[in-house]
Formats: sequence, structure tokens, C-alpha cells
Amino acid sequence: MIPRHLLIGVAAMFAVVLGMSVYVWRMRGRVEQVEAPVVDTRTVAPPVSGPSEQVTLYVAYDEPGVLRAQTARIALPSGRQERAQELLRALLGMYLDKSSSHQLGPGAEIRDVYLVDPGLAVIDANAAFADTHRSGVLVEELTVASLVQTLAVNIPGITRVKILVDGKQREALAGHADLTGFYDVSAVNELASQMR
Amino acid sequence: MRWSSRPYSAGGFFFLVLFGIFTFIFLSFLYLESAEEKKISIYSSVANYTLSVTERNGQDYVGLFEILEPLGTANIKTDGLHWKLRYKTVAAEFTAGESRARVQGRNLDLPASFLLDNGRGLVPLACLSTLLPRFLATPVAFHETSRRLFIGNVAVHFTAQINKTNPPTLVMNFSSPVNPMIATEPGKLRMVFRQEPLVPPGSRTLTFDSAVMPSASFDESNGAAEIAVTGSAPLLASFSNDGRTITIAPAPNQAQAPVRTSNPPSTPAASPPPAQSASTAPAPAVERPVPYFAVVDASHGGEERGAALTDQLAEKDVTLALARRLRQELDAKGLNTLVLRDGDLTLSLDQRASLTNSVHPKIYISVHAASLGTGVRLYTALLPQGGGDRGPFLDWDTAQAGFRFASQSAEASLSAEFGNRQVPVRTLIAPLRPLNNIAAPAVAIEIAPPAGGISQLDSAAYQQLVAEAVAAGVAAARDKLGAVR
Repeated sequence: MIPRHLLIGVAAMFAVVLGMSVYVWRMRGRVEQVEAPVVDTRTVAPPVSGPSEQVTLYVAYDEPGVLRAQTARIALPSGRQERAQELLRALLGMYLDKSSSHQLGPGAEIRDVYLVDPGLAVIDANAAFADTHRSGVLVEELTVASLVQTLAVNIPGITRVKILVDGKQREALAGHADLTGFYDVSAVNELASQMR
Repeated sequence: MRWSSRPYSAGGFFFLVLFGIFTFIFLSFLYLESAEEKKISIYSSVANYTLSVTERNGQDYVGLFEILEPLGTANIKTDGLHWKLRYKTVAAEFTAGESRARVQGRNLDLPASFLLDNGRGLVPLACLSTLLPRFLATPVAFHETSRRLFIGNVAVHFTAQINKTNPPTLVMNFSSPVNPMIATEPGKLRMVFRQEPLVPPGSRTLTFDSAVMPSASFDESNGAAEIAVTGSAPLLASFSNDGRTITIAPAPNQAQAPVRTSNPPSTPAASPPPAQSASTAPAPAVERPVPYFAVVDASHGGEERGAALTDQLAEKDVTLALARRLRQELDAKGLNTLVLRDGDLTLSLDQRASLTNSVHPKIYISVHAASLGTGVRLYTALLPQGGGDRGPFLDWDTAQAGFRFASQSAEASLSAEFGNRQVPVRTLIAPLRPLNNIAAPAVAIEIAPPAGGISQLDSAAYQQLVAEAVAAGVAAARDKLGAVR
């Protein structure tokens, strides 16, 4: 015959095991309900090394609909192509700020800038840059003029600029500003002077 | 003639090699031409859509889940070679490599094996007319040779009638709005309907009592239906009745074809068509169609909504309303006007430019709307770097180059009229297609909300004010525009 205290002990252990199983089951369900944290898929640029320099950024202002030249000090690497990338990243950094005068959508980024001789610069923006851009002739051309003019003024020798989205040609930025052609820097300069 | 037994000379050998290369290139082109991607179009009361067809072992296959998913709740589960599909309450099981399937507990023999491709369940096209009714509980008609699948009683019918006006017009009425892709070639205008369940009329070939448009034919292939209208002159299609009517007519002034000499040398285009009365001179023996003075282009349309101005208000609706008002105002001033998009239709930028250039207007006006800022902004083209003109042919990307000063002059005239009406106005250049493709003076208008706010953007009073200012500006520039060549 099994002693009584042994039966009580086994029953108590069964009860504990059952209780822990229910507890673990409920905890697992709760973990599944918790939303996965939003992953920031943006590529992280390596820290820029180099002395900080004074550059001129052409900053768009939505409300009067103008483009203003603004000086800024940013750290720039020595390579021409890397300098171009850093310039545009600095410009986009301003537009991504919540208090920006010309806000771009979250996640907008310049993936790369390629300088191709003679005089061609290719700006490759990510999909969020175009997908989240506000639609309208003026608001889109402010962005385009700001990028092209900033690049042309700070990197000598650029005469035309092509804008790609995610490495591919796109018909328009957000339904208006044409991205199929090559921007003639002198024509954008004329636009920038109209926008002052 | 006798063949020479002389060995080939170096020149002859070189010729043979060249001939071989050309033959290879020609055959490659033929192969590429024939290797057009196969498609299947599915028409139902819920959605019309097109899917790609995969060819395996000489059979055409399509994804079953892709067909059913737009029609209702569907989910799949893959377990090794077994592929289980549930569509609403119907469960089915397929096994890769086997031609027997089970749908709702009943066996079904497929004409070829079921395939699994990266989790996609592919069924042979030939089984769709027997397989799909088991899921959908509705009749399915499958045009197998043209790969067009009709689920339920969906069909768009059409009638075609020739109007013996001068010039004659072919009016095609459709039972539902249509939005075909239109292409023109010498002697033909083709309309390809991929998203519409267009069905053939009684006869696939229609003949008309007209020398200009003697016949039209209906054909269907690769998931699309096509109506081809033959014509002895270049033809132009225009839409009306919210996309339910397509009117085909000879392109005005097509005789003066070269783009550089595009402006019709007839009577001043600004003049309204002469009214017939006893005192007027008799009409000439051959009447020319009345040329369009202005082309007004309501931007965006159809699937392309443009800017979302408010939660309810899309740019495409504001531009269409304003374009119609503008036509009314311009017509009232005796300036014959064509609205390019007179309905909720999708028109590509190239189509807009081609249509405009084919009618050789004195001015092209593109209409846009935005929520940013106030008043009106006027734009002329910021020209991209182009390839240069070749002889009488203008470079497509910079076709506007020769008309830039005329465009700026028209813009100044419009700007002055807005100023007279106390409407804030600004003039800029813009990289805005198709302004740069237009071989005529071209201006774009972007209307922003008045001082009253965004809710006033589609108000009749504000749009009327804008339309009147533009019409007055165009009328003021009429003489200058009429002289542009």
C-alpha cells in the first residue's frame, strides 16, 4: 500500500506542474500579441572622417515656395563622390527634421551619388524618398531644384544631373516633376533664381 | 546560268559571313518578337485583372491562388508535395506531379499534372472552365485561344455607327466605361482592351459606308481584345460620355504633317466657324475640319489620382472640372477648344503629347491643382538635355524648344489677367511633362486654394474666376499665338 503522505506529495507536484503549464501557455500567447518592434531598414553610413567645411545648401521653403542658399559647416571626406553623397545626406537630414521648412517622408534617403565624367552626376534615392513625397508641381520641383543646385554649387564640374529611385528610372517624383530626363544644371540654376 | 567551281574569293567569303550574321540577327528578332510574355485576363463583377502564364512541359499554367485571391478570402497551406487551398468555404487539395485533385471531397482529373513552384500552385489553363465553377458556384466562360476568362455574366458590348458629317466620324458606344490603349499606324487605329470584358459584336468584321473609314475588325489574343479601325487618313480617337463613347475621326489638318510647319495655313483659327446665311459665300467644295485653337489637358485621371488634396478631393477631379469650364469660356470667345481627357480616364504623358501634336493647336494648356500655397502658378517647360532635332523631325524631349518664347509670351498674358482679377499669381519654369514634348506654345496652370482655404478649391465660383482669367489671357494673346510657326 502506498503511504498517504506520498500520495499527497505526488498530487501536490501534479498541481504545481499543471499550474506552471497554464502559466507558460498564457505567457507565450502574450508574447505573440506583442508587436514586433519596427525595424529601421535604413543603411547606416559609416561615420564621416575629415575636417568640417563650410558649404552652401539650397534649402526649400514650402510656405513662400522659395529656395534659399544657406551656409552650413559639415564634415566632408576628401573624395569627390563621397563629398557629393555627404552634402545631399546633410540636406536630406534637414528635410527629415519634424520642424523642417520642406518636410520629406520618413525613411527618405540618398542611397548613392555617382559622378560620371564628363560632368554627369547620378543621384540614387531610395523608394521611400519618392513614395512618401508630397504630390504637386511646386513641392516636387522644390525638392529637385534643391538637390541639383546644392550638388552643382558645391561640386565643381557638374553640368547635368540624373535622379534615380532605388537604382531605376522613374517617370516622375510624385506624379509631377519629371525624372526621365537629365537635368541641365544651367536650366535648374535659372529655376533656382526664379525661386529666390 | 552555271555555278562556278572556282573557290570563294576573300570578298565572297566576307559577304557570306556578313549574310550569316544578318540572318542570325533577323532570326533573333523574330524569336524575340514571338517570345511576348503570355498573359491571361480575368473578368468578374468584383475585379478585372491580368496574370502571367507560365509554360511548363509544353502546357500553359497559371497560379490558382492568384486567380481566386482577388475574388474572395483565400488561403493556402503547403505540406511537402501537398498543396491545400481554401476559398471561402470550399476546400481543395492538390498534389505536385499528379493530375488528380480533390475539390470539396470530390475527385477532379486535370488535363495535366499539378505543379508546385516556390509555394505557388500552378494548374493547367485547360482545366479552368471545369475547375473554377466548383469554387465560384457561377458559370465560367474561358476563351482558351485568347486566354480571356469571364466569370459570371460580365460583358461589355459595343455598337459602331458612322456619322456622315464632314469629316465623317465613327461613333462607338460601349455598355460600360472603357479605357483602351490606343495606337496608330499608317492606315489603322488600334484600340487594345485588356481590363474590359469586351465581347465581339455579331460579326467580327464591321464594314461602313465611308471611304475614310471603310471597316473595323474585332480580334482577341493574349488576354486582350482589340478593335482595329482602318482609315484612308490618320485617325484620332476622343472619349466622351464618361468613357462610354469613343469617337474616331480623321486627324485635323493631317495634310500638313511635318511638325515644324504644323500650323494650319487656313483662315485665322481664332475665328468661329462661319455661320451659314443667304448673304455668305457658298462653302468651298472641300471643307476642312475646324482646327482647334486650344488643347486643354486635365492632368492625371483614371487610376492616376494625382495629389490627394483632401481626404475626399483628388487632383484629377479638380482638373477635369476646371478643364471643362475652361473649354466653355474659350469656346464662348470663339476659340475652338479640345479637352484631352473629358472623363475619368487614364492617359499616358506620351499619349497626351501625341494627341496634342496631331491636332496642331495654337496653345496647349495643362491643368493641375495643389494644396500648397495660395492663388495660381503658371509654368513653362524646363527643358531637359535633348538629343537634337533631325531634319524636319523634332527631338521628342525638347520639342518645346522652338516654342519657348511664344509659351512665355502666353504665360505673361495669362499672368496679367490674373493680376487684373486680384488673384495671386506666380510664373516659373518646371520639369513637368508633357510640356517639353509639345510642339506648340504650352503653359501649365497649377491652381492652389484661394484665401478661403482648401475647401474652396473646387468651388464653382473660384474655378469660374480662374477659367475666365485664363480664357481672357489666351484671347489677349490670340494674335501672337496665331502668328507662331
